Amino acid sequence: MNTLFVALKRDLLLAARRRSEVVTALFFFVVVVSLFPLGIGPEPAMLRRIGPGVLWVAALLATLLGLPRLFASDHADGTLEQMALSPRPFALLVAGKIAAHWLLCGLPLVLLAPLLGLQFNLDAGELQVLMLALLLGTPVLSLIGAIGAALTLGVRGGGTLLALLVLPLYVPTLIFGAGAVEAQSAGLGSSAQLSILGALLALAVFFAPWATTAALRIAIE
Amino acid sequence: MLSAHHLRCSRGDRTLFADLSLSLAPGRWLQVGGLNGAGKTTLLRTLVGLNPPDDGEVRWNGTPIREAGEDFRRACLYLGHHAAVKDELTPFENLRQASAIDGVALDDAQAGDALRRIGLRGRGHLPTRVLSAGQKRRVLLARLLVRPATLWVLDEPFAALDTDAVELMGELIGAHLAQGGLAILTSHQPAPLPAGETVSLAA
Repeated sequence: MNTLFVALKRDLLLAARRRSEVVTALFFFVVVVSLFPLGIGPEPAMLRRIGPGVLWVAALLATLLGLPRLFASDHADGTLEQMALSPRPFALLVAGKIAAHWLLCGLPLVLLAPLLGLQFNLDAGELQVLMLALLLGTPVLSLIGAIGAALTLGVRGGGTLLALLVLPLYVPTLIFGAGAVEAQSAGLGSSAQLSILGALLALAVFFAPWATTAALRIAIE
Repeated sequence: MLSAHHLRCSRGDRTLFADLSLSLAPGRWLQVGGLNGAGKTTLLRTLVGLNPPDDGEVRWNGTPIREAGEDFRRACLYLGHHAAVKDELTPFENLRQASAIDGVALDDAQAGDALRRIGLRGRGHLPTRVLSAGQKRRVLLARLLVRPATLWVLDEPFAALDTDAVELMGELIGAHLAQGGLAILTSHQPAPLPAGETVSLAA
């Protein structure tokens, strides 16, 4: 566990030195979400219907924005090699890096979402479910994205390839995440969708760091 | 003791070396020679386990390094071409982060002392990005002072260093060998060290 925190603290320290990268992804999320009401027009019923989907798609894209940098600089300057050679378990160091990515790219989205949800005329109950769904779903996005980032490491034009690779894998999270809020507005209750998101998260936590580590070992060979 | 048995490595279609065997006893050092592109770095990376060889195996005290796992990784310190030094952090922070990744406890005083010894007095709290290439290299080499390891594998340890630093490196490696350590290094310039073993790779 200590190992995980070593990598987590390191990445947070580095992020504090290059704040602009973190802020860019957040700003992107805010702008994309705000463009929809402006483009579609102020029709409350319509906005309320598309709101959850728009917020989720924007969250996917914002997460994707930070992914190419997740391992790139550590790969370029040889830090990944040192991590692989460290007596500490490599998989836990990688898990720490993924946790840092979520804290910087995922958690702020969860916190911003209710504010942006107001633009779509979502009520308090729906906003609550939206936050909960994002809280369960955004770590899944970071975990799956890390596998893609590791697989495309060092590939020219890796960013585009990463998007093509990862976005289809985001589909289940998107369906159940946006579905949770829709079920809540339809008065059906969202516990089914949230349970599935929880199950996806449990699966991803278990397998993704391991798969990412395997891909990274190939990349540094 | 480190030994390699019948190693074969290739890059793409080209075989860099084949049937290469070597062994290194405590207190001895090995210089890997050869022209640019002969496979010196590949050999070093194979010896520390970063590149699995196509054939053959590397053993640490008689155990294949894959099986020795954590024991071998604790005993081995590999400093490669890449500086593994972050420009955004200060040399001080770089050294502390590297130690944290290695699982070595390092307090502020020890880190400061190591940076002073390696010739970065007064530079410890500047961002590494303002340092010269040689000074960045010294930040990396400061790890030799704070990370206990029996086997040092150094890729071009003298590159970008001035004559004082080369001499200092020679003293450090000499002291390490005198304590029963092992060292493997590649270098294009004569190393200021007592006679060691050599392996020459043909291009």
